[in-house]
Amino acid sequence: MMKIKTPKTLKAKRALDKRAPKLVENAKKTLILHGTKTSYVLNAVLAQIFHLKKGLAVKFSRKNENIRPFESSGETSLEFFSLKTDCSFFVFGSHSKKRPNNLILGRMYDHHIYDLVEVGVENFKPIESFKYDKKIAPRQGSKPFFAFIGENFESVDELKHLKEVLLDHFRGEIVENLNLTGVDRAFVCTAISSTTVSFKHCAIRLKKSGTSIPRIELIEVGPSMDLVVRRHRLPNEAVKKQAMKAAPTQPRKIKNVSRDEVKGKIGKIYMPDQQVGGLALSNNIKGLKRERREGKTKDKRDDHDPSKKMRTEESQ
Amino acid sequence: MAMEAEKYQIDLGNLMAYDPSHHFQPLPLSREELSKQCLEKGTELVQGVVNALFSLPSTEDLDGPIVRLPEPSMRLPREKHLPRPKPPTKWELFAKMKGIKNHKKDKRVFDEQTGTWKRRYGYDRVNDDRDVPIIEAKMTDEPGEDPFSKRKDEKKKRVDKQEKNRLQNLKQAFKAGDLPSHIQLAATALPITGTQKVIPKKASKEELEGVAGMAATATASGGKFDKKLPGEKPAKHTGKHRKFLPVVEGKGMGAQEKQQTEKILNKLMARSSHDILDVDRAVTMFNVKKEKQRKREKEVSVSSTSNKLKSKKKTFKRPSKKKQ
Repeated sequence: MMKIKTPKTLKAKRALDKRAPKLVENAKKTLILHGTKTSYVLNAVLAQIFHLKKGLAVKFSRKNENIRPFESSGETSLEFFSLKTDCSFFVFGSHSKKRPNNLILGRMYDHHIYDLVEVGVENFKPIESFKYDKKIAPRQGSKPFFAFIGENFESVDELKHLKEVLLDHFRGEIVENLNLTGVDRAFVCTAISSTTVSFKHCAIRLKKSGTSIPRIELIEVGPSMDLVVRRHRLPNEAVKKQAMKAAPTQPRKIKNVSRDEVKGKIGKIYMPDQQVGGLALSNNIKGLKRERREGKTKDKRDDHDPSKKMRTEESQ
Repeated sequence: MAMEAEKYQIDLGNLMAYDPSHHFQPLPLSREELSKQCLEKGTELVQGVVNALFSLPSTEDLDGPIVRLPEPSMRLPREKHLPRPKPPTKWELFAKMKGIKNHKKDKRVFDEQTGTWKRRYGYDRVNDDRDVPIIEAKMTDEPGEDPFSKRKDEKKKRVDKQEKNRLQNLKQAFKAGDLPSHIQLAATALPITGTQKVIPKKASKEELEGVAGMAATATASGGKFDKKLPGEKPAKHTGKHRKFLPVVEGKGMGAQEKQQTEKILNKLMARSSHDILDVDRAVTMFNVKKEKQRKREKEVSVSSTSNKLKSKKKTFKRPSKKKQ
């Protein structure tokens, strides 16, 4: 049954238009929630991630027992929430004996799960444990720098995936023009081993140097944690192909067409080189026609039809 | 500078720097050392990005220098699908075919009846049915009819037709996958998805006929002796037909049975035969080779000792002419 629902107010229409698929997309929002059991550490982690992403994140406070991201049936609830809150990222925290301090970072495509990375959080240090000058604290919503260190980010599959996911999650809005005075934060991710990544959030202080380019000083500010990659799920190939399709950047240039004031629209046509020497002479070479053959053999002095005569001459 | 020594991969669009060549060979024991190293390395990388960033051409603004970032080199997946092209509506197709162009219309139109300027549509509009005081009777009119209510009915019909066409256009757009964003479908039978994958399709005539045929033949007698309803056509037998050979072979066709059995046998034998390797030929070749070898060995043992240095197993096709 298809019943068509239209919004009755302009505000509702604008809200729906905002969520529609577009060529240039909005900044992606993150959904932060947790499962049946969480630990003290995990609660702090989720709260601080929410703080890092204020403005582009939604935090749910209730526990969700039917969300199990790596199982086929445990993802429907997540997809429903993603649809309702218009969030394409999610951070799901859970704690169990087998997987302590578990964090699942996931992405959605068309409100279906695209890919997942499950990490365990170790050595977590909250923002409060760092002492720094409050003046250099990074402002909310500023675009961060990223530094990835370690060869394991290229060689190990899981870390490669984690790198992409971390970049996507924390890069904030995609901007064309950047104000150089507003750069004040950086994320430093180091691949300590083939399974762990040390994740740090630092503030940037620009110092005067001799040239116009300032010197950078990184001061550790925000949460710092070690992420141990446990499981991951790469996206489905067909879906990945669709998701990576970029919008056509510019309309195709129309070539060989120009305008003239006098003549109007002029087009150029390029003809290929005509090989006159290589052309076949005529189509009727294969065997002469019967009349001509008979004419040829019977009477050579046939002067009635000069054109006929010429033809026989040619064929000889 | 240290930047020249180590090659970083800098992605300016994402403000990212990646150092693929760093090794933590002497693994630092304490966490503070590790953390310090990370920060040091991080500082270097961020400095690299900042150098690249500040060397871009910048425009001055009130808040500070503004730089235009290039496209990010690391491509990340989209959030939603690309907007699909809307299928043209029935009117658009018709207009394109006829070459009708859309002209902008004025909001105020001069009303002949009252002699004033009125709106084209809305509250006090031109050609409103309610404003007409007298309708002249035509020869084709029946005496008992009320022309005013007739006009009302016609208008209602027009409005209903338009609404039906609008819904049809939306259904077409929905089938193509691109419903306008502010329109939603009240989901009774639809899954809550962005991409419509499973749409209950209406069964076509052929499908229904096929299913009816299958149901008809699904009886013990194969549907032959069932009572047929008035008007029901006999079921079309669309299955495989078996071919039976004639009992007595006529003059023209000979050895049909032989052909049939030959065909089956070939198929069976082909499975166990090897296309690439002809076993018989290979066996004969092997035997011939072995015989020749034995001959040569006999000759070698008979001939002088100078041939002892040469290897006994000769793999040339032709026998060597170095015999003494």
